[in-house]
Amino acid sequence: MNTSRPKIPGTTPFDGVQARKGYALNKMCYSFNSAENRAAFLEDEEAYMRKFGLNAEQAAAIRARNVLALIAAGGNAYYLAKFAGIFGLDMQDIGAQQTGLTKAEFQAKLRAAANG
Amino acid sequence: MARLIGGLGTSHIPAIGGAIHKGLQQEPYWKPFFDGFPPARRWLDKVKPDVVVIFYNDHGLNFFLDKMPTFAVGAAAEYRNADEGWGIPTLPPFRGDQDLSWHLIESLIDRSFDVTTCQEMMIDHACTLPLKLFWPIGDCPVAIVPVCINTVQFPLPAAARVYALGRAAGEAINSWDSDKRVAVIASGGLSHQLDGERAGFINKEFDTEFLASLVSNPEWATQFSIHELVEKTGTQGIELLMWLAMRASLTAASPTVRMLHSNYYIPISNTATALMVLEAA
Repeated sequence: MNTSRPKIPGTTPFDGVQARKGYALNKMCYSFNSAENRAAFLEDEEAYMRKFGLNAEQAAAIRARNVLALIAAGGNAYYLAKFAGIFGLDMQDIGAQQTGLTKAEFQAKLRAAANG
Repeated sequence: MARLIGGLGTSHIPAIGGAIHKGLQQEPYWKPFFDGFPPARRWLDKVKPDVVVIFYNDHGLNFFLDKMPTFAVGAAAEYRNADEGWGIPTLPPFRGDQDLSWHLIESLIDRSFDVTTCQEMMIDHACTLPLKLFWPIGDCPVAIVPVCINTVQFPLPAAARVYALGRAAGEAINSWDSDKRVAVIASGGLSHQLDGERAGFINKEFDTEFLASLVSNPEWATQFSIHELVEKTGTQGIELLMWLAMRASLTAASPTVRMLHSNYYIPISNTATALMVLEAA
């Protein structure tokens, strides 16, 4: 996306810059489509990350289960969702984490949008 | 010639698959969403399409960032669903219509839409769930032609370009030498954002205006750039492009459409969900 456009607050469009930066991270997350790969990750996280060549920033964000840090490291929402799925987290859990709300508060915010 | 009878739009969310599997359709959380569908099913039961062309966006099942087509058209005899990472039970394979696939591919490329053709294509929840929502019982009675539009990696195709693609697809359906009845489906949207500090963003005012525009002023949303649409609808709300393609297809069938049914409900997961049935007048 053209960087001269005004930034949308709290939003990182997944453009070429992000796609290049996040390739290894997203490729690892894409591999989680397979149950076998999900099990292999859980068995030895560090070895699994090395296999995909994650950089230090990406590996730290994975260890921290921190979605905003994963996005900053080039993660794409669609692939990160597969990572979150390993831990049984749904999109409202992820939304709550990113917005600094409890899940109940995040759900209330969503419901409030119905009135707006 | 084939007959383009109408179009349907619906949201897709992985959790819908889980809800169907667990039979939660009448639970308070799900009821307002699932209760929208019986009128759509009654219409489909009356008009009985043989084939549906479905505009959807893949979420990292068939396509990864190694190769990311902007527009991809399925040309397979059968389309398989697979694990997308959450262990939601997969649906049985769906039947393709290769005659329509290749007619569509030839027509689109002839009109300068240089699509990627896929003789093998796994279809994710965005393609399978609408089929299961519209035909919940037994085998899916329609053959499908999936058309995947990239919403994963920017740059995304402009709304006006997607609208033109949809119109070209509608013209292709109308010129298909077949006695089959064809419907078009849009899978996606409406406003929602999964990622970033703006996660949970929903814009009811825009969604309402967009849905109304689909009935009587279908080109309305093409005035906006992708950047503006992301701002107004969220990073995943951009899936409204599918609805634009669906609606544009219908312009090839008739100058106006009849809106037979619609539903709009906030929220399922993080999404403002919508359903609409449009009949070619």
